[in-house]
Amino acid sequence: MEQKEKKSLLQKVPHWGWVLISFAAALLLWYALSVNPKTSRSFPFVPAIFEALQTMIQNGALGEDLASSMISVGAGFALGFVTSVPVAFLMAWYLPVRGILEPWIQFIRNIPPLAYVPLVVIAVGVGRTPQIIVIWIATFLTMAVTIYQGVRGVDNTLIKAARVLGANDTVLFLKVIFPATTPFILTAVRLGVSVALTTLIAAESTGAFAGLGMRIRALSNNYETAAMLLYIIIIGIIGLVLEKVIKFLEKRLTGWQETRSA
Amino acid sequence: MAGNAERVKLKIDGVKKIYNGRTGKVIALNGVNLDIHENEFVCVVGPSGCGKSTLLNIIAGLDTPTEGAAYIDGKRITTTGVERGVVFQQYALFPWMTVLKNVMFGPRLQGKSPEEAKEIAMKYIKVVQLEEFVNHYPKELSGGMKQRVAIARAYAVNPEVLLMDEPFGALDAQTRTQLQQELLNTWEKERKTCFFITHDVDEAIILAQRVVIMSARPGRVKDIVEIDIPYPRTQETKMSERFIELKNKIWSEVYQEYLEVRK
Ligand SMILES: Nc1ncnc2c1ncn2[C@@H]1O[C@H](COP(=O)(O)OP(=O)(O)OP(=O)(O)O)[C@@H](O)[C@H]1O
Ligand SMILES: [Mg+2]
Repeated sequence: MEQKEKKSLLQKVPHWGWVLISFAAALLLWYALSVNPKTSRSFPFVPAIFEALQTMIQNGALGEDLASSMISVGAGFALGFVTSVPVAFLMAWYLPVRGILEPWIQFIRNIPPLAYVPLVVIAVGVGRTPQIIVIWIATFLTMAVTIYQGVRGVDNTLIKAARVLGANDTVLFLKVIFPATTPFILTAVRLGVSVALTTLIAAESTGAFAGLGMRIRALSNNYETAAMLLYIIIIGIIGLVLEKVIKFLEKRLTGWQETRSA
Repeated sequence: MAGNAERVKLKIDGVKKIYNGRTGKVIALNGVNLDIHENEFVCVVGPSGCGKSTLLNIIAGLDTPTEGAAYIDGKRITTTGVERGVVFQQYALFPWMTVLKNVMFGPRLQGKSPEEAKEIAMKYIKVVQLEEFVNHYPKELSGGMKQRVAIARAYAVNPEVLLMDEPFGALDAQTRTQLQQELLNTWEKERKTCFFITHDVDEAIILAQRVVIMSARPGRVKDIVEIDIPYPRTQETKMSERFIELKNKIWSEVYQEYLEVRK
């Protein structure tokens, strides 16, 4: 009886209520870390972060870093996307392409990008090019695998249904296989964006002149923890915002799907 | 009987189909011979796995026989054609298209303008009584409604032959009866040649002029039973003496084959 009442009380809490509670709990934990002498150095509290924000805006570093990182992420992701889509389709359709590419994609996919960044820098020199290349490689691998699995999973009866209604190969691709794969392409985009952001730090680890990842390394050398924490939070916020944008796209483009996780 | 036109529409001639499965060769069909006449309604019954779907796929042009061939109007079937409409058991509606767009798909591919295609689609959506749902997506429809859309979509390309693979298999008894009656009414009006697969002997008898009984795998035609019950048929027909007689006859033959599968 008592348990039942408790349950219904918890169920009454609206979604934003949980968000608020979660936020408060995080702040509390953060505060605790900031006053604990052992961790206070790594986790300065909110006022220090705001101070850091002001400084970084005033000296122009934040704007420059944001722009630089977003250009790298944007270009690397875009390249990854436009190359992974055709490769994924070719892999799904042509056995030789699959046979030759798949083992390498699986092999490289599990290597942390940080490991091969120096090789890329040695090959193409410092600057923006190696950053874009590293993000391109990482996003390409993730997205190619996801889209490939989606294309392979297209319901065969839909293809049969289209063929008996008179669809030729072109129609089949444009009107059936492509829309049927859209949910997977969007999942790939979601994973790709996340990979692009997580690869950013690695991509900017060698010879970058600006960027969120490069700045975090530079700040860490001077133990400027408030500014570092600020940058970490900014990367997290960028991820959240992009995630929301993709969710919105998914709703618009794949609302027809039979099963959708809430 | 209705067999005024004895012209052979579909000819299945010595069709053998061997699949190279992962666990070795599977002989799905082993020398199937069958003539289906123009305007005829033929039902096929047989135990699971005896090759009914395989046969339908071969007639549809979705699969090729290992030996022998199927013919339509004397021409060898090698690929799909819009003169052969198919209704699948799993509905196979395009989930990203509304009901209207699903039904318009075929006419559009036939080169009809969007307006024409829409007109044709609306006509058949009305036949299956789904006017209210034209702008719904398949996920918003019940199983029976989905199958109605699938039937409308097949009709919309105006095929000469309808191939149906257990179209009502997944439906509850009531919806099933209702769709049987609708199909009967349509067929009595249009007399399109129908090749209809089912597990349900009652369904086969109420619909068909001839019931083809297939043997357990490897599939062959075991027997063909003429259903000499005049149309129009209704659900009351199922109570008639002749119906029950035929049902017992067909059921006992099918049952022997089910026992074969069990062995
Ligand atoms: N693509 C395939 N590869 C290998 N074996 C197959 C393939 N398609 C069908 N088979 C085999 O061929 C046999 C006949 O299959 P089919 O689907 O035609 O049977 P069915 O009579 O339609 O059965 P059901 O009543 O269960 O639908 C089965 O044993 C099946 O395992
Ligand atoms: Mg079957």
